[in-house]
Amino acid sequence: MAQARSHLGRTIAAHAVLITYTLIALFPVFVIVINSMKSRKAIFAEPLALPRSDTFDLIGFTTVLQQGDFFLYFLNSLIVTVASLFFVLLFGAMAAFALSEYRFKGNTLMGLYLALGIMIPIRLGTVAILQMMVAAGLVNTLTALILVYTAQGLPLAVFILSEFMKQVSDDLKNAGRIDGLSEYRIFFTLVLPLVRPAMATVAVFSMIPIWNDLWFPLILAPSEATKTITLGSQVFIGQFVTNWNAVLAALSLAILPVLVLYLVFSRQLIRGITAGAVK
Amino acid sequence: MGDLTLSAVTKSFGSTQVIKGVDLTVNDGEFCVFVGPSGCGKSTLLRIIAGLEDATSGTISIDGKDVTLLPPARREIAMVFQSYALYPHLTVRDNMGLALKQAGDSKGDIAQAVDRAAAMLSLEQLLDRRPSELSGGQRQRVAIGRAIVRTPKLFLFDEPLSNLDAALRVATRIEIARLHRELSATMIYVTHDQVEAMTLADRIVVLRAGQIEQVGAPMELYNNPANTFVAGFIGSPQMNFLKSELLGLRSDTMGIRPEHMAISRESGQIVGTVSHVEKLGGETLVYVNTADHGLLTVRLFGEHDFSVEESVHLTPDSQRAFHFDAGGQRLR
Repeated sequence: MAQARSHLGRTIAAHAVLITYTLIALFPVFVIVINSMKSRKAIFAEPLALPRSDTFDLIGFTTVLQQGDFFLYFLNSLIVTVASLFFVLLFGAMAAFALSEYRFKGNTLMGLYLALGIMIPIRLGTVAILQMMVAAGLVNTLTALILVYTAQGLPLAVFILSEFMKQVSDDLKNAGRIDGLSEYRIFFTLVLPLVRPAMATVAVFSMIPIWNDLWFPLILAPSEATKTITLGSQVFIGQFVTNWNAVLAALSLAILPVLVLYLVFSRQLIRGITAGAVK
Repeated sequence: MGDLTLSAVTKSFGSTQVIKGVDLTVNDGEFCVFVGPSGCGKSTLLRIIAGLEDATSGTISIDGKDVTLLPPARREIAMVFQSYALYPHLTVRDNMGLALKQAGDSKGDIAQAVDRAAAMLSLEQLLDRRPSELSGGQRQRVAIGRAIVRTPKLFLFDEPLSNLDAALRVATRIEIARLHRELSATMIYVTHDQVEAMTLADRIVVLRAGQIEQVGAPMELYNNPANTFVAGFIGSPQMNFLKSELLGLRSDTMGIRPEHMAISRESGQIVGTVSHVEKLGGETLVYVNTADHGLLTVRLFGEHDFSVEESVHLTPDSQRAFHFDAGGQRLR
């Protein structure tokens, strides 16, 4: 009886902590979303108030959708994020498979080398990256961004995926070899489906920094045709006057696609994080 | 078709040599069992035969053809794994047919081969299920079926019964023996369980530390072991080893099987006290602590009453004893 009660108490305490954290984490998002739907005056008068009938105003959204090439920015962000994710997952998984499956000289060293990028921020190399992109004629292209983000995402992907690939049964891969499957078929049809939760984990962890990044779009691809959504929203932030309605509306809209992608991956993600914990 | 010859096969991982020069011929249609304690290299040897590991030196030939450098798929072998290793995303039918599909056989041929194998193992009801919907025993039957479908020259079994419970293990063992008779195919079977080895094998290969200790038919190993290792490994419960000099013999060690030792309350050669009794109904095992020879096992048929701490006398049947030298080799 006493045990059951303390169990309940613990559950309540744990939930209280988690709910508090959720509120703190979601509060800025909440403020952005409610203010995006208010008139300019109301934003400054009562920033924390919910939109009422007299303060409700969609001027921010109409500005965003009319001014600037918002849909293009949106599309650019989406292309960059999805393409980078695809390459991070593909090359990351392939490297991880090679590291965990094959015995070769310098295997451990190669693994460490590939994981080094987790500790060294890629922004340290910005100047060199810019020089390289200029030399390659890739400035103001989405390709430049995709290349950089792929490089940025790979270390973590290789690190996480190689741990998971080691857990895939050797017998299964060997059965495939005896049945005459090529190493590529073994990788794509036997191993990848089994590490799907880990792939989703990597996808979510890589996706958010790419979508939110302002640094590389600003430096490598600031042209009108290649602006991403985060960079595009900056047009509403002036040195002297900032169109807060538009900024908040743009940010609210920018949350949507990443939320959709997250929902797609999240079912797998939860399994990925808890995998190995219970067995 | 389907004999196997290994000549001077070695395998090293870095500086550790795990297979130390193995020469072996397995005849066509033979059921050959590799047996040995864990770490003796039996599984590695099987993987070398399958082509999943490269031999460091030496050659492997199947059916007179050198396959040392061929990839596994082209060696015309089939393998059954301890963990079943069924493809989780395919149905039983597709699992069994995949190898033929890879080899480019026609749909009709594949369906026919799968149906034939399914009939042999009574898997017809399960063909459209996925591996996750099968029990352990059914999965292992599917894995065996997948091997049969290929009509390979050589069947390789890597401890296929280790993940099954005791009752299922006996049933599957009998099934494998039946398949061997029906297919009259060459089979190589790896196990650490000497009961499986004794019951299935035409010939047993006893391995220790990467080397073959003895090759022979089960009863040959039982009745005529070459050294103390084979004598101790084959037969259950284990053979007793006695210090010969204390018995007035010239050899270093005398081996006597538990069933060849007489026990008496009145008189005998060796004095000891009963330390434990196991009654199995059909037989009784008496463990006796002796001052000179340590713990000895006596196997009696039928039911016998001995109580723990009781003082007893043991007499080995000298006609059935084996004698070994100081190096463990048999003296004949």
